[in-house]
Amino acid sequence: MHELSIAMSIVEMAQEEAERRGSVQINAIHLKLGALSGVVKEALLSSYEMACEDTALQGSRLVIEEIPVVVFCSSCRAERPVSSVQLFCCAECGTPTSEIVRGKELEVVALEIEEWAHNPV
Amino acid sequence: MGSQPRLVEVRKNVLKQNDLAARALRERFRAAGVFVVSLVSSPGSGKTMFLEKTLTLLRQNYRVAALVGDLATENDAVRLARSQAPVKQITTGTLCHLEASMVQTALEGWDLNQLDFLFIENVGNLVCPSSYDLGENFRLVLISVTEGEDKPLKYPTIFNSADVAVVTKMDLAPAVEFDWHAAYGNIQAVRPGMQVLKLSAKSGDGMQEYLGFLTERLNEVRTNERTNERTTAAAPMENLAR
Repeated sequence: MHELSIAMSIVEMAQEEAERRGSVQINAIHLKLGALSGVVKEALLSSYEMACEDTALQGSRLVIEEIPVVVFCSSCRAERPVSSVQLFCCAECGTPTSEIVRGKELEVVALEIEEWAHNPV
Repeated sequence: MGSQPRLVEVRKNVLKQNDLAARALRERFRAAGVFVVSLVSSPGSGKTMFLEKTLTLLRQNYRVAALVGDLATENDAVRLARSQAPVKQITTGTLCHLEASMVQTALEGWDLNQLDFLFIENVGNLVCPSSYDLGENFRLVLISVTEGEDKPLKYPTIFNSADVAVVTKMDLAPAVEFDWHAAYGNIQAVRPGMQVLKLSAKSGDGMQEYLGFLTERLNEVRTNERTNERTTAAAPMENLAR
């Protein structure tokens, strides 16, 4: 269960970004989460709420886009999905492959922000 | 009043800090010429016994050391110290995995130039360590015959983050009716082409093949390093000739 420390890194990262941009409120964080990232979506979502408590991000949303595993199939000479994470074969032709193209992402891709017309302070 | 919400692109790897620390470690290991192996497994798969035997046997011809991660106690470091190799315990408290910064701290005071092999034993856990790069040359995932043949199917992510799999406690295989072919097939299903070694740290069967595999990797890395040095050294000469 390392989702809490990951959630805390996400919150920290977003706070830094918000500070850098001046007086903005973060409404949501968009995250790409690969099937091979080693992070469980549900655990991350509940950890995120905890990590946001008593910070400027309290009440914000974590929007997770799940990224399935994509491999490069040497037979098809193309990027293909795998049969499953238990069976690393090209879903089209069945060739075993371990050349992973996508699926390890753990990446903040966007922030939904609201700028203050006037500095509220 | 706030303005209309808008979306700004950021693109930031959540584990960036760990990845940067791991990259710095990898560069240090390369410069010192030390080959670094990290070990991951479930609790109770025999990591410590396996590492103790590895250190004892390798020590005869190589300079070896180990870092060992656990939530609590220094028991493993005490056990490993019997191998006479330098060993340091990393106690993580409640953290379920090692991070690159912990390895950095643990290495303080050690001269890496005096080592051929460094082993890093992770906390017994087949889930969390998969996300954290420790700067190692390769990651070894250990499973024992008592855990069942389907371990790789249950924890595909860790197998996908590892470079070699070792099946241990083979001396118990008949007692638990371990099906080697099924286990091997499951490893290949989650990570096609992965090298798999089988051994018994207790009886010593298979240990020589495994040690041979390790020393081959060390020699490979060192040969590549020398070739690179030669190419770099040769470059100015070529320029002069031209």
